[in-house]
Amino acid sequence: MTMLVPDAAGAAAHALSRFGFGAAPGDPARVGHDPKGWVESQLKTDLPLTPAIFLDHPGSAARMQEVFAARMSEPEEREQRQKALREAYRTDIVARTRTAIASEAPFLERLVQFWSNHFTVSTQRGEVAPLAVAFENEAIRPNLLGRFEDMAKAAILHPAMLVYLDNVQSVGPGSRAGSKGKRGLNENLGREALELHTLGVNGGYDQDDVRALALILTGWAIDKETGAASFNPNTHEPGTKILVGHKVAEAGAEEAGQAITFLANHPATARHVAVKLARHFIADDPPDDAVKTLERQFRDSGGDLTVLYRTLVGLDAAWAHPLAKLRSPNDFLIATLRATDLPMDEKQLANTLGLLGQMPFSAPSPAGWPDRAADWAGPDAVVRRVDWSLALGQRIGSRIDARALLADILGGRANEDLHRTVERAPSPGEALALTLLSPAFQRR
Amino acid sequence: MHRRQFLNAALAATGGLALAASPFRVAFADARTDHRLVLVVLRGAMDGLGAVAPYADPDYRTIRGGLALAEPGQPDGVLDLDGHFGLHPALAPIHGWWQEGGLLVAHAIATPYRERSHFDAQDLLESGGNKPGRIDSGWLNRALGRLDGGGRGLGLALGQGVPLVMRGTVPVASWAPSTLPEPTDDFLARVMNLYEDDAVLGPALNAGLGIADMAQQASGIMPGKPRAKDRILLATTAGRMLADPAGPRVAVMDIQGWDTHVGQGAAKGRLANALGDLSDVLINLREGLGEAWGKSVVAVVTEFGRTVRPNGTNGTDHGTAGVAFLAGGAVEGGRVIGTWPGLREDKLYENRDLAPTTDMRALLKGVLRDHMGVPASALDRQVFPDDSKVRALPDLIRA
Repeated sequence: MTMLVPDAAGAAAHALSRFGFGAAPGDPARVGHDPKGWVESQLKTDLPLTPAIFLDHPGSAARMQEVFAARMSEPEEREQRQKALREAYRTDIVARTRTAIASEAPFLERLVQFWSNHFTVSTQRGEVAPLAVAFENEAIRPNLLGRFEDMAKAAILHPAMLVYLDNVQSVGPGSRAGSKGKRGLNENLGREALELHTLGVNGGYDQDDVRALALILTGWAIDKETGAASFNPNTHEPGTKILVGHKVAEAGAEEAGQAITFLANHPATARHVAVKLARHFIADDPPDDAVKTLERQFRDSGGDLTVLYRTLVGLDAAWAHPLAKLRSPNDFLIATLRATDLPMDEKQLANTLGLLGQMPFSAPSPAGWPDRAADWAGPDAVVRRVDWSLALGQRIGSRIDARALLADILGGRANEDLHRTVERAPSPGEALALTLLSPAFQRR
Repeated sequence: MHRRQFLNAALAATGGLALAASPFRVAFADARTDHRLVLVVLRGAMDGLGAVAPYADPDYRTIRGGLALAEPGQPDGVLDLDGHFGLHPALAPIHGWWQEGGLLVAHAIATPYRERSHFDAQDLLESGGNKPGRIDSGWLNRALGRLDGGGRGLGLALGQGVPLVMRGTVPVASWAPSTLPEPTDDFLARVMNLYEDDAVLGPALNAGLGIADMAQQASGIMPGKPRAKDRILLATTAGRMLADPAGPRVAVMDIQGWDTHVGQGAAKGRLANALGDLSDVLINLREGLGEAWGKSVVAVVTEFGRTVRPNGTNGTDHGTAGVAFLAGGAVEGGRVIGTWPGLREDKLYENRDLAPTTDMRALLKGVLRDHMGVPASALDRQVFPDDSKVRALPDLIRA
């Protein structure tokens, strides 16, 4: 039996937190009495999918040229260039975070971040850093309301992914380059594309399929001149490949797209994506009927993402009260900055993301950031949220009425105990910190 | 007042009986073992043949190609262990431990996992089960539950979070370096009050506060002073906290950077760099532990090994069996244990990986039973419940 939130302001706060990044003052009133309609309306948005802040972004190809230039430079110049690339990364992730803070379509921004995490590229491989936000802008945003298969193609064949999962070095053993015997196959991208991006680990593939997809992907690398993804026939493995029982005939550059189309429309992929989406938006262990509904809609629509999002918003489970998901550090920071309008310069914002433990695009592995409370509620992590919230409260508490803020942004999600605790706080800074630390604010 | 004192005072105020039953209690237990255990998890799959090379195996040089390391005594050569195996030169700082008998190598070791996903493999390595996703707590937490005092206050994770291997019903602490100012006791009490009924945030905050002061002190971090790399700071701090008579007894930490698909190299390269990190961690752990090293076991494990042959990019892909290390003054070391399966093509697992001959759980059971005193029946039933037939390896620990 699903409990719905008690009052209109609470329902609006629910929608803002679950589907977006939390409320700014006045947001619940703006959302009004039809929170579901507010969420759905974002899917018909005429807002550009690439925010204005990124219109002048040089993009991945230009950044890749910089990476090449750094590689070819003498040590001293190389250091300079690498420093500039690290700073570009910092500027990028701060712009990305500010985009989420300021977004008028926060459901779409949350979806952008969800998919960037599904198709993780990580600065664990240093050269990925200056490409990461470009990856999101080029592979995720344009396909956000399209088909899963198009997003999968754009993401898997993006320069950032080709670098991150080593495909740029992979050479078909039977290709012209491979027959010289110097280099050969690397199965990293082939494996993770099956396990993480499409079918899922129990999706019914085996080691031969990993190898087959790795062979199909050979040739996809980065053009040394333009910095763009390009296909090099000299390193591509010739011949027919069998991928999960599906024959992929020799077709050079076209094979990768054909294979991804096949995988994206495989029933195992529908299941895999449905579980991840439900886990992100509903609960760490989402109810099975919700997963099944999403899975069916994914299959029936051929992976139409807008249909999938609409289905999600229509699920009762997505509106269950109280909110079950713990905010990740990234979510917590964005929600706090939406709620308080705290001014932070680029360096402060980047440092805070690191301090709270979730520097964007630095996930420890290709599986991306974890999406369960147990992964984020470590003892030290929670102490850190407490310490940081108090420091923040002491900095700006005097100009915010926490009691009013609480009523405004959480509405009926704040219970009497919380109101009393905030009311009785000995200083405005502590009142604000307690608001931010409250179990209700920590959830989404 | 410091945080832990505050916490104890707050708990004392709730009364003795309630205290014993409180799930928030992390005050260190009185009845306690003085043996220490550190688990180091190498995430991304360490190449066991690179870390401990079977340099005298007749097939080694042919099958390893460009990844083969030179013989002992040659430039960049392996550091001989027993005439058959040699340590990677990047592990030189701990080669002396072998000579003093405090380093043991388990080769051709693997968890029961036989696929090649990092994430499922780590799930098995940490949950101690035989199917991914089946058990949502870690074997180390379940083992803690069998120690004196139910293990409360004995477990410490280095890092902001707690990895699966140490998650479970026994409260454990975690710690990572931070320079944030410390809230007042009054403020902490207000937050604790907010979290009273929160099953996630309440226990986590309590566990974190319980350790914060000791960790801060052990880390030697001074505001405004430059500090060591996090990896080294974590190792030193862990060692010092474990050495403290009132400190934790069991710790876990991660080292990343082992997924060497590209540029793994032989004496130099990504693997050498990662092994250098491992050396740093082990040396600093030992330094932090001081005299307690004599009562310590450091178990170094990874989710699986890597392919025997190099891949096409001077690296290796996901494999099966690999290497685990036991280090410490309590280890009956100076030995490579396990049956060596050989590197001949027909001896490989699926014609690509080192064949597994030792079950990782047998090694872990041996340590938990003989070093930490976990009863054998608990090891079979609770700690590693899926395969009670896996026998603990004997004689890993000095008598």
